[in-house]
Amino acid sequence: MKSTPFEKIHQQLGAKMAEFAGYNMPITYKGINEEHNCVRNAVGVFDVSHMGEFIVRGEGALDLIQRVTTNDVAVLAINQAQYSCMPNNDGGIVDDLLVYRLSENGYMLVVNASNIDKDWNWIQQHNTANVDMENISDKTALLAVQGPKATEVLQPLTDINLKEMKYYHFAKGTFCGVENVLISATGYTGAGGFEIYFDTKHAEMIWNKIFESGATSGIQAVGLACRDTLRLEMGFCLYGNDIDDTTSPIEAGLGWITKFTKDFTNRNNIEAQKKNGVTKKIVGFEMIDRGIPRHDYLITDGNGNTIGKVTSGTQAPSLNKAIGMGYVPIEYSKTGIEIFISVRDKQLKAQVVRIPFYKAK
Amino acid sequence: MNFPDNLRYTKDHEWVKIEGSTAFVGITDFAQRELGDIVFVDIPSVGKTLNHNEVFGTVEAVKTVSDLFLPLSGKIESMNNGLDAAPEAVNKDPYGEGWMVKMTFSNAAEVENLMTSEQYKALIGE
Repeated sequence: MKSTPFEKIHQQLGAKMAEFAGYNMPITYKGINEEHNCVRNAVGVFDVSHMGEFIVRGEGALDLIQRVTTNDVAVLAINQAQYSCMPNNDGGIVDDLLVYRLSENGYMLVVNASNIDKDWNWIQQHNTANVDMENISDKTALLAVQGPKATEVLQPLTDINLKEMKYYHFAKGTFCGVENVLISATGYTGAGGFEIYFDTKHAEMIWNKIFESGATSGIQAVGLACRDTLRLEMGFCLYGNDIDDTTSPIEAGLGWITKFTKDFTNRNNIEAQKKNGVTKKIVGFEMIDRGIPRHDYLITDGNGNTIGKVTSGTQAPSLNKAIGMGYVPIEYSKTGIEIFISVRDKQLKAQVVRIPFYKAK
Repeated sequence: MNFPDNLRYTKDHEWVKIEGSTAFVGITDFAQRELGDIVFVDIPSVGKTLNHNEVFGTVEAVKTVSDLFLPLSGKIESMNNGLDAAPEAVNKDPYGEGWMVKMTFSNAAEVENLMTSEQYKALIGE
């Protein structure tokens, strides 16, 4: 099992650790609800160094990324990032990712830890022009500092103007005395905040400085468990749960990052889906009957007929409701429609709702 | 962690409090810590007679679901209705406000198979 450069710190903090995507990761420190609320109301720090980072640079970099991803990379200004996905040839998704434009011809792709090798091989397979690629995952530490108080905690540590940084923009600058740190106004929580990329050799020093600076803001270390409840309240897809090698971007509600202004893998099929419509679609739902939906529970029509499967589900700490997502036939996808979730041997009533489930105050 | 001497325990991390032919059942301090924030205790077995080790309900934490196994054969007489509105009582007070069911047990000999607090502590490595 691999470890992140913060492993010792997590253990000292008494985190409950578990294997995730081949890494020994902190799942929770003080309790999921407390950590979840800390991110929504103050500021929390996630170690997400397990994520993968690829540098793609030089002439041909833009063409390569355009070809393997669905979003339009050509619209990115330098110091701007976008959410995107890589479709496969069979109608599914290889991975979802962030694309950062670092320079005129330089890009960074941030991919899921579980897919690092698969993504690398996939992109290389399409790299017919031999564009320069480097996998910097093992030497890159990544902290997600998330929550409404993230700016006040991080601003004293850097010369980058964080207050003025727009969502999905980034800058490189000095952070905790370390040069060339990349800070982006991104995250997976819907709580605001930043993601900070730096060399693993500075990991402990940077962690300690962030926590010193955050002491008066109620900063806490927060684990992957509340990362999941936070993202699910926002209706963000999780690769491996809500999207995978078999789900199409259109069915997954990712039409907004699928741009037909350019050519890309499996474009014709995906464009046809967008034009002609799909037969199933991901929806968000909340439970009406008491019960909690979980990954792989069946969705039924109430008459015992299975119509789909739950892809993600949880009790939502900020909503005090049980919520979930899953794929259903298009006729069941309208807001307000009643569906049923098969929980143990009961059919529990639920209702399709609009996502995000959680709306920032 | 706290494991009162006046209770008996199971390998499935339930505690049992014997009062005559009645037993109160809940989950241990160790179990609630392992599960984390408990958000729902589902007990569909009230009024039913079950054998020991049969599932009598489910406890749901934010991220996990665990079955509850009946420590003794007998009839589930009632459940702790307070848990409906406040399932977090299982975390805060597992042996008090967090009790789960009250039952009448049918085979007193089974009580002798339950663990003492010393045995339970040894099981979980305390």
